Amino acid sequence: MIGIVYYGAGNIFSLTAALDRLGLSYGMIKTAEDFEKYDRYIIPGVGHAGSAMQKLEDTGLVPSIIALRKPVLGICVGMQLLTTHSEEGDSALTGIIPLKTRLFSDKLNIKVPHTGWNKVFQSSDNPLFSDIAPGTHFYFVHSYYIEFNSNFTIALAEYGIKFSAVIQKDNFYGVQFHPEKSGIAGEQLLKNFAHLA
Amino acid sequence: MESSSLKTEALMAGNDLAKRIIPCLDVKDGRTVKGVNFVALRDAGDPVELAYQYSQQGADELVFLDITATHERRKTIVELVKAVARQVNIPFTIGGGINEISDADILLNSGADKISVNSAVVRNPAFIDELALAFGKQFVVVAIDTKHINGKNYVHLNGGRIATEIETEDWIREAESRGAGEILLTSMDHDGTKAGFDNTLLKKINDTLSIPLIASGGAGNIQDFVDVFKISNADAALAASVFHYGEILIPDLKKVLQQNNIEVRI
Repeated sequence: MIGIVYYGAGNIFSLTAALDRLGLSYGMIKTAEDFEKYDRYIIPGVGHAGSAMQKLEDTGLVPSIIALRKPVLGICVGMQLLTTHSEEGDSALTGIIPLKTRLFSDKLNIKVPHTGWNKVFQSSDNPLFSDIAPGTHFYFVHSYYIEFNSNFTIALAEYGIKFSAVIQKDNFYGVQFHPEKSGIAGEQLLKNFAHLA
Repeated sequence: MESSSLKTEALMAGNDLAKRIIPCLDVKDGRTVKGVNFVALRDAGDPVELAYQYSQQGADELVFLDITATHERRKTIVELVKAVARQVNIPFTIGGGINEISDADILLNSGADKISVNSAVVRNPAFIDELALAFGKQFVVVAIDTKHINGKNYVHLNGGRIATEIETEDWIREAESRGAGEILLTSMDHDGTKAGFDNTLLKKINDTLSIPLIASGGAGNIQDFVDVFKISNADAALAASVFHYGEILIPDLKKVLQQNNIEVRI
């Protein structure tokens, strides 16, 4: 059963709707004691990374999240919260994965926000990508991205620059796109996460 | 050093963002307004079922324009948004009657991915800033109806019925600088003609725009979509009747776009 970290910075209606469609059960995590009830966790997130981090800090859940040893999936800003720092508001984040979240440079000659369906290429046979072909499109909407790093980037996207579409360190995963809005491929990824050992 | 390394990387990196195909549904009192002629539909007036069919066909995104005028409007539209979010696995935008932050807030919390604003922000441009601040610019689509008059393009309100003295290109620049995350530009001269998109205007605008542009108005056949992407390089193309009447099926459209080397999601 999936525990969704409930901290007020996620428009979680679409996420829970996707889990309902897939028949995946879930509950909300509001206190540190709630973590024990679940065997995996999702950290949603939309909006400003700095204010999302502030809201997460306000819940007092950050030390428990850092200590988790079961699978964790951060989505969009929830993924960015796993990194060390965001250029959005010059914000210190959880630092669970030693990467930086950066603003798409205007020198890249691309439109920002990065909005729409972008191809994603996984670098190896990661169980998160079971039954998902390399080069499948996922739905992105973001102005900040996590830098590419061969140690932690398990899937990349190219949009003027190569950046991390998916990162992983141990039991912590993060996806920059919205699997709950990414059609059948996104639903497959959520199913894969629900079945990670 | 920073910029030169970015440049080098940028040269090496491609751009794998697909052009988007967006069916638009007009909704009144929770029902679709224009006639819809889909063989697969049990209830052609049900926007939720229509949205689901489009998502199955391969639409990349949906836009709902709510023209409900009764005091029940907020309740009916929130119910619609929730029903769509429950059943549909692609993003969607909702527009119509959003005049306050609380209107947008309830829609986004009900599962809408973006909200679209039109006349309300022409009358009160600072509302764009407020929306971008409250939710992030990626949630704010500024929709603009434009008409060509004596060699210039002017913003029109209320579905094109009311002219303003605001030049379209000036308004787009202002909306962009205030925090619009996307522009949905409908050419009133082309809308309903089925003679193709206004590629000249769209290209002129797209060339200087730093946020995504959705082209709207004039789609009649598949070649019109090829042309709008080839000529204007707009990020997305929106249409209603050609999809609703089954004149263009999205899988056929995407196949032709792909044959023309336009990146699409198949």
